[in-house]
Amino acid sequence: MSLFKEELKIVNIGLKSFYEDLKKQGANVVHVDWKPPLGGSKALKILNDFNKLTIDVEKANKEAVERIMNSQPTLVGMGIARDVVPGMKDNMVLHAGPPITWDRMCGPLKGAVIGGLIYEGKAKDEKEAIELIESGEIEFDPWHHHDGVGPMAGVATPSMPVFIIENKTYGIKAYCTMNEGLGKVLRYGANGPDVIKKLKWMEETLYPVLKEAIELKGEINLKNLIAQAVQMGDECHNRNRAATSLFIREIAPAILDTNFSNKEKKEVIEFINSNDHFFLNLSMPAAKSATLAAEGIKGSTIVTVMARNGTDFGIRLAGLPGQWFVGPAQEVEGLYFPGFTKEDANPDIGDSTITETGGFGGFAMAGAPAIVKFVGGTVQEAIETTLKMYEITDAENNTYKIPFLNFRGTPTGLNVKKVVEKGILPRINTGIAHKEPGIGQVGAGLTYPPMNIFIDALEAFVKEYLD
Amino acid sequence: MVYKMIKPNSYYDSVTLMLITEDIKKRDDVEEALVGMGTDTNKEFLKELNMMDEELEKTTPNDLLIVIKGENIDMNEIEKEVEKLLKAETEEEEGEKFYPSLESAVKRLDGANMAVISIAGEYAGFETRKALDYGLNVMLFSDNVPLETEIELKKYALEKGLLVMGPDCGTAIINGVPMAFSNVVKRGKIGIVAASGTGAQEVSSIISNLGCGISQLIGTGGRDVKKDVGGLMFLEGIKRLIEDEETEIIVLVSKPPYPDVVKKSVELLKNTDKKHVVHFVNGVVEDPTITVGYTLEDAAIKAALLCQEKPIDKNEYTYFDFLESFDFDKKVKEEASKIKEGKYIRGLYSGGTLADETMVLLSKEIGPIYSPKPLNPDYLLENINESKEHTVVDMGEDEFTVGRPHPMIDFTMRKSRLIKEYLDKETAIIMVDVVLGWGSHMDPAGEIAEAVKTARETSDRYRCVIANICGTYEDPQKYYEQKKKLEDVGVIVFPSNASAVKFAVNVWKELGR
Repeated sequence: MSLFKEELKIVNIGLKSFYEDLKKQGANVVHVDWKPPLGGSKALKILNDFNKLTIDVEKANKEAVERIMNSQPTLVGMGIARDVVPGMKDNMVLHAGPPITWDRMCGPLKGAVIGGLIYEGKAKDEKEAIELIESGEIEFDPWHHHDGVGPMAGVATPSMPVFIIENKTYGIKAYCTMNEGLGKVLRYGANGPDVIKKLKWMEETLYPVLKEAIELKGEINLKNLIAQAVQMGDECHNRNRAATSLFIREIAPAILDTNFSNKEKKEVIEFINSNDHFFLNLSMPAAKSATLAAEGIKGSTIVTVMARNGTDFGIRLAGLPGQWFVGPAQEVEGLYFPGFTKEDANPDIGDSTITETGGFGGFAMAGAPAIVKFVGGTVQEAIETTLKMYEITDAENNTYKIPFLNFRGTPTGLNVKKVVEKGILPRINTGIAHKEPGIGQVGAGLTYPPMNIFIDALEAFVKEYLD
Repeated sequence: MVYKMIKPNSYYDSVTLMLITEDIKKRDDVEEALVGMGTDTNKEFLKELNMMDEELEKTTPNDLLIVIKGENIDMNEIEKEVEKLLKAETEEEEGEKFYPSLESAVKRLDGANMAVISIAGEYAGFETRKALDYGLNVMLFSDNVPLETEIELKKYALEKGLLVMGPDCGTAIINGVPMAFSNVVKRGKIGIVAASGTGAQEVSSIISNLGCGISQLIGTGGRDVKKDVGGLMFLEGIKRLIEDEETEIIVLVSKPPYPDVVKKSVELLKNTDKKHVVHFVNGVVEDPTITVGYTLEDAAIKAALLCQEKPIDKNEYTYFDFLESFDFDKKVKEEASKIKEGKYIRGLYSGGTLADETMVLLSKEIGPIYSPKPLNPDYLLENINESKEHTVVDMGEDEFTVGRPHPMIDFTMRKSRLIKEYLDKETAIIMVDVVLGWGSHMDPAGEIAEAVKTARETSDRYRCVIANICGTYEDPQKYYEQKKKLEDVGVIVFPSNASAVKFAVNVWKELGR
């Protein structure tokens, strides 16, 4: 009521000239670079309906975000997929992203599926693999239906070794295969003899050595590792160099204590050391084990899954468990390896967006200046990316901190309502796969999810909770 | 051939894009251009211009469209130019920070208490609601806000003890800060509640130029005083001024409000010992205890007299009661003698209330006035672009501003219309308003003068051009420099609309045609 006695402090939304005029007069004013909600009129209607909800969304979201942040992902061991991954079957192939049928799969995913079947010995070549698939004997399912994640194509078959990550706070487990390194690899859709050979080496040497080492060493707290790596210039999605180095420091002494030959131990350490992305397959399930803790919280609009299969991009909400909201996977703006162009690129693919969902990855860009060029930006843009992500998340992480931002916590808890309302899409860093099967990675860059999935998700949320 | 480029998920406001479209159209190789968001309105434009296709049809209001018609267009070059223009518009200066949302701006500006909202009307209600939730008062500049939304917002604001000025409110001065389209006025004891933007500008400017000051100017938007909204904010504004210690005189300015609003306003004024002046353009107040102004100018002068504690001993005042240097009669004869042909008055206004006032005053003296929004429906102008006999148009009306900025900012339409009227044999006198202050063009007189000069060079006949400068001596455009620019091309300049009309009427009578 005392407006006339207060100093006027003005927020200007819209015409910038009004802001400039107020500034020229010396008024205390800030400007909002406003954007309409995602999708315009339709979103407006949903947002208006949202305001009529009687359920305490804020409280639910607070709980969801606290559960994500209080989670403590820990590497507790390794096992073979068929033995440890819940619901895994002998005729099953797991893949990244939302559910998809063989006929709609993109090139790299098809390539990886074929490679997986050859690796399993279910087919001896591509032709046989396709026949087998078309016979209907193979069951496809998203990793996310089995508490796990897969980078890029994300293909996992029953005999593949997996890391077992336990969220110690809530007793939830998550899974992921081991990272194969760069170049021609299964996750980018390559499936030649070299690819299969490497996978076999991973199963026969890397896995037993690491498994034993972890048993000797005991559990490894991944939350601490990620927190340190973020302070060392990783965002633990596109850059895992610091994290991989930290992991070697943790595990190397235990590897030396195993009962394997020196040659085998050396091979294992060299393999991890030569692969800057080795830790990606630990940071991803770490994030998954944390977001799983928020799944099913009634009334929460926090996103618990963002995932792509190279054809579709899907998200899931804490308050709508089990439902996918799906739209077309987008093109990636990026830099290409020599000899490749945009024409060669497959649309956005992989479960690695679980890192952003968990509160790091692209959201922590301000902490990873070393890769900004690789994803086509400047350091300033990296900082702005992170600052912008605070707009659409509910919290600042209590563990993952960015030194450059005065140790502000990373933006955590992607809120679908904020995305729709503010018209700001989450930013995603990603690798680029060749669109044809069997070729592999051709570059890396950045992209955004399709708009409609956030609008659809919020619409479904309102429908579910409007009484 | 039609060229196009779609930039998904990159939003810019429509005024910025309209100005850029104008710039792009100036290129020699461009026949037709649209730089705009993928809104339904823009898609309609594209259809009409035969520039639409399936891909464009699928775009959303978050996608930027650059669609060009012409031959051998280099879209890369066009894109670069658009980017350059957009960058000039949105670039933050050093040390400056823009916020992506109201939420983050409020967090940053500790104790924020006012939001000025000028986004598309469709979204403005939602954003206003949020601002109210954060405890901010709102000056809602946007138009096209649904009526139900306005009522809902105002009721909600009153519950929370907050003001919602607008929608469609161009003018407000709170705690000495002029917002949107407002003049730099002295601070003082006179509080104004206005349901009319240029009406408020005219009254507050004249008060300030007479040496008195404004405590608060609360603009409510024109719909507020009509039946449906029932004066929710107009009445709240009066109450606030009654409570305000600094306000000693209360001035009400509006087009005629709904009778019940008039009744309630009068009751409020009668129950306070604060002095008051009420002016409803083309309306009356029946109560004899109410001090009324007969023109915007008269209302302002009466308020100033009350403020200076001088008696009101005349029914109606004009500036000429104070300015002796202007030899009115001599000047009238001089102008009339120069006009050899034409017998009609044509008014081209940027202020709606100023246009209305002109129609009211002219019709009393010289007969019916044609207009796209006439006082009497019999004199509706069929084609808004073709004047008929005496015509007054408010070029700020929606019909003129679709796809363009307001005529106080963009003079393109008014300039070409002025030249057209000047060349019309039927025209004797042309009237314009020149609105100064924040928000307006930084050289409105220069724009008008340019058109007058061109017209005079093109025609061998003389027409009398009369301008009212609505503004104060402290306005950023520099009042006397503006006045001189007009006088240099022979425009007769007045310090109020009513005096300009009075002069026009006298010249017309002197012509005797």
